[in-house]
Amino acid sequence: MTISSAAVTALAGTVALALLPVVAPPYYVGLMIPFFGYAIALLGFNLLFGYTGLLSFGHAMFLGLGAYGAAVLSGIFGIKQFEVVLLAVIMTAALVAVPIAFLCARYVGIFFGMLTLAFGMLFYSFLFKFYHLTGGDSGMRVPRMNILGFAFERYNKIEFLAGPFYYYCLGLLVIAGLLMWRIVHSPFGLHLQTVRDNAHKAEYLGVHVRRFRLAAFVISAAFGAVGGAILGFRIGLADPELVYWTHSGQLVFMAVLGGFSNFFGPIVGALTYTLLQDQLQSLTEYWRSMLGMILALIVIGFPEGIAGLAADLPRRLAQRFV
Amino acid sequence: MSTLLETRNVSKAYGVFRALENVSMSVAEGELVSVVGPNGAGKTTLVNLLTGLLAPTSGEVLFMDKSIAGVGPVALADQGLARAFQLIQIFPKLTVAETIAAAVVSRQKKRWRMLSQLSADTQIHGKVRKVAEIFGLDSRLDTISSALSQGEKKLLDVASAFALDPQIILFDEPTSGVSTADKHTMMKTLLGAAKITGVKGIVLVEHDMDLVSAYSTRIIALAGGRLLADLPPKQFFADPHLIETVIGKRRTH
Repeated sequence: MTISSAAVTALAGTVALALLPVVAPPYYVGLMIPFFGYAIALLGFNLLFGYTGLLSFGHAMFLGLGAYGAAVLSGIFGIKQFEVVLLAVIMTAALVAVPIAFLCARYVGIFFGMLTLAFGMLFYSFLFKFYHLTGGDSGMRVPRMNILGFAFERYNKIEFLAGPFYYYCLGLLVIAGLLMWRIVHSPFGLHLQTVRDNAHKAEYLGVHVRRFRLAAFVISAAFGAVGGAILGFRIGLADPELVYWTHSGQLVFMAVLGGFSNFFGPIVGALTYTLLQDQLQSLTEYWRSMLGMILALIVIGFPEGIAGLAADLPRRLAQRFV
Repeated sequence: MSTLLETRNVSKAYGVFRALENVSMSVAEGELVSVVGPNGAGKTTLVNLLTGLLAPTSGEVLFMDKSIAGVGPVALADQGLARAFQLIQIFPKLTVAETIAAAVVSRQKKRWRMLSQLSADTQIHGKVRKVAEIFGLDSRLDTISSALSQGEKKLLDVASAFALDPQIILFDEPTSGVSTADKHTMMKTLLGAAKITGVKGIVLVEHDMDLVSAYSTRIIALAGGRLLADLPPKQFFADPHLIETVIGKRRTH
């Protein structure tokens, strides 16, 4: 993708999202908060998966870290500034990710996937069993926090989420997107892609394969924690289900749905999944199997995902008409 | 002529199997040293020792007088030793420019730059273009590697190794997969590139005796893990017994 076409796509998307609260009913505006959380988390997830070639099945643990971090910091320590909480969970997730990545980055493919799954479930059982620390299956409350120093006391929770917090999250997504764009287009990002394509050859070109896998893992964990903090803030709860392996699977689902070989794929995936789940849930109790069928269709018919399909569309149309 | 790369009495055993025994060899500035020998002679083990991939069971491996025993490919690439493989190694999803740039990033020590943009780095671009021109790949810079022809892939593989600005470069059968007619063209491209980029020494692992006799300044023959001969090509090819041991009895002309 060229820089200019990416800039146009990003700008159009941002403007559309900025206008949404003006035109859409508050219900849909509120629905976009988890989208922002997932989109930010998936930008990080895709650095690991799409760019470095490592498929983690335990990535939800970092979303959990973000949500529980927010619960502990605001609920127990009384920190009311969401920015402080975000910085703290970013650092915590990165620190926690280092030893896990150190152990996992020796492996690739299914072994990497299974190890990350194991660490994710380890964290899940910790959250589930240590009731007095984590609230067990009932989780921990995430109180409402101030954003940019404002409490927005005039707004009730719904209005707050659909108003100021919506734009706050949009801002976070724009920052996360710009940051990730720079990372994947940097010399560092290029070396990550050589690791994905051919780690053996990469080593002989002076690429620190294992250290770069570790770095990608740590960065993706930090993005995951931001996403998790947003999810926790929205429902007002840090729940162990956030860390359960099916939630990690849901992240993989979103990435594949959107298309992991496209920069915008994860964002498109998060948006599509969020809307799809909402619509299907209201239509049928068998929404999970519907989702499954849609994923199967995507993988078989459009392995590049929705974003890949969209990027490919002009070429396909041109072929048809020339 | 100063010595660039050498082994001193190295042996390498895999369990009870002794792949190399007491081999001493060296490559000096300006040399193209061919390593020859029948299958199982220990050529691959020797090259793996020379590229720091393996540590010897005993003996020393030195590159510019520093021990490189088992230091690994990344450290060696940084020190100025490059290697190209017999089987073509590319990055299927990366473009020609990106593939060469990966080596240039290592060479210019910019690998940890996470926020500077590759597209804005004229130093990297200049070097990428220069290397691509040497190999005639400058018109293909934006082509995805997997879409290149077989011959271009081979050139790209080698070009990326040269982009490290190595002191010394190791080729493992660089003309395998290249048609007989193009073998010499390929070798000439490689030697020309070595001259332009300032490569000081070349190690060539090769089965093809035409190439070995045409381009080597010295020939090292291995058999059964031992050093059989270390001779200039003239003397080497004057010894029919030696040639027979090295290439077996298949050769009739």
